[in-house]
Amino acid sequence: MRQRSTFLFSVLCFGFAFFYIPIISMIVYSFNKSRLATVWGGFSVEWYFKLFKNAQIINAATLSLEIAVISATFATILGTMAGMALARFSRFRGRTFFSGLVSAPLIMPEVITGVSLLLLFVFMERYFGWPAKRGFTTVTIAHTTFALSYVAVIIQSRLLSMDVSLEEAAMDLGSKPWQVLFDVTLPIIAPAMIAGWLLAFTISLDDVVITNFTTGPGATTLPILIWGKVKLGVTPDINALATIIVLVVSIGVGLAGYLMYRSEKKRERDIQMALAANK
Amino acid sequence: MAGVAPQNSGPLPQELELPGGKTGFRNWLDRNAWRDIIIAVPYIWLILFFVAPFIIIIAMSLAQSVIAQPPFRFDETWPYVTFENFERLFSDYVYLRGYLTSLRNALIATALCLLLGYPMALGIARAKGVWRNILLLLVILPFWTSFLLRVYAWMGMMGSNSWFNRGLTSLINVFLPAASEINSVPMMNSNFAVILVVVYSYLPFMILPLFANLEKLDFTLNEAAMDLGSKPMTVFRDVTLPLSIPGIVAGCLLVFIPATGELVIPSLVGNAGDPMIGRVINDEFSLNRHWPMASAIAVALLMLLVVPIMLYNRMQERAAEGAK
Repeated sequence: MRQRSTFLFSVLCFGFAFFYIPIISMIVYSFNKSRLATVWGGFSVEWYFKLFKNAQIINAATLSLEIAVISATFATILGTMAGMALARFSRFRGRTFFSGLVSAPLIMPEVITGVSLLLLFVFMERYFGWPAKRGFTTVTIAHTTFALSYVAVIIQSRLLSMDVSLEEAAMDLGSKPWQVLFDVTLPIIAPAMIAGWLLAFTISLDDVVITNFTTGPGATTLPILIWGKVKLGVTPDINALATIIVLVVSIGVGLAGYLMYRSEKKRERDIQMALAANK
Repeated sequence: MAGVAPQNSGPLPQELELPGGKTGFRNWLDRNAWRDIIIAVPYIWLILFFVAPFIIIIAMSLAQSVIAQPPFRFDETWPYVTFENFERLFSDYVYLRGYLTSLRNALIATALCLLLGYPMALGIARAKGVWRNILLLLVILPFWTSFLLRVYAWMGMMGSNSWFNRGLTSLINVFLPAASEINSVPMMNSNFAVILVVVYSYLPFMILPLFANLEKLDFTLNEAAMDLGSKPMTVFRDVTLPLSIPGIVAGCLLVFIPATGELVIPSLVGNAGDPMIGRVINDEFSLNRHWPMASAIAVALLMLLVVPIMLYNRMQERAAEGAK
């Protein structure tokens, strides 16, 4: 047993070194004075100051955040509905097809989704006149569509692990389906909805390929801006931007993880207290 | 909600006595509305923005490319469609090579992900208490940070002037005779770079399903086998490995399918002379404006991936049913 543990331990060390060395290297070089991104020329924070003065980057970041908030909200609403439909209604017309539709965007190569959505928007513009041009609306629709699948999967698994008898009890006590939905089901799946919203938000903020196909002139999101710059090579200002993004995300994920851990602990304590009180 | 609650806060005898007083709409609202709306809204959205685009892309793959705005045209006489795009797809070596390069890169990357990801997932699953959570968080963290920036981080590592490349160069030169020493390792813009970065970017997709699978395994089985005198390697081969096959399949599909259609990685670190198919689609679409040709390549790629995608969907379904 001892022998294999050593093997697993060394693979873990190698794996995490593989994960983190490129990111750490990128962070270190963001403090590089030299304009040549890969040659060390002394410590400097000038790239960070230049970044905050760059209106193009600030505008792109604002646009990305707006799209991410709106599409994550729509995706959470639609994804929650889809997850409920799959978890609670075992029989309706076209259920198998619907189930396939919900999980297919999770794994579909982004190029295919991107090209096909672009063609749809071209057709819609031509035959319905809406959306009039590609940009904010089309990107938001595209992001909502693929993010709702992630939300649906999270909600579905939460609902499947939840006790149906709570809902049945409320029904037996005379609640209308609407009341059961708002008073019982939604409060229980609220943490899963928050997790789904955060995931949808991050995916939207991160997407390059689908945005690249569905966006138009004047609607440059942050990843599209970075994509354009990065194609030309490694530069210290992108290193600085990347460092900020990595730090914000790490703090966000760490905080969310801690809050979820704490609420889970509190829930366990509440259940134990309720059980103890009943005895 | 506020409008409904006071009416229904207690039993309503008059309603129970007079069921006929309810109109059809009220009845629907009380009994089936939430069910119908919950199913219909996402269903309609997905048909509009997921199914309709596919019908359009299939139609587009049967159109002719023209130099006009928009750059396609359908025949005005029967049969209205043309198969010339698909004929070109199989006759022009550029496209076949694109598919082969994609499949080869994705296969090698999937195998490497499995080789590295399996022991990592096993190590995390066997870790104790808080350590397990911390290690899991460390796997998820790069997965939440920007995909583009992770590719970019490797561009910085692989460039011929970088500390990593110089370190690797001196390491290789130790083993080479003085006459044939190299100045740098030509890593960038090659399929090697593509595979390396695909492994780097998709490794969490391999580790997480494997971990979810390995975590549930009953470790007492291993101990029983060990008590009966089996060697650790034998226990692994006969107990752990067969039980983790669902995790292996899920992880491999989650890496292989998106990696085959990858666009960002081959565009940034790949070899422009031997591009993967995602890049070919993008170039046909954006640079050459051959929308019908790009659509035909995309449709064929989907046909190629339809079996693994269906397999993945089936597994998802079964996992959801298993949770019940």
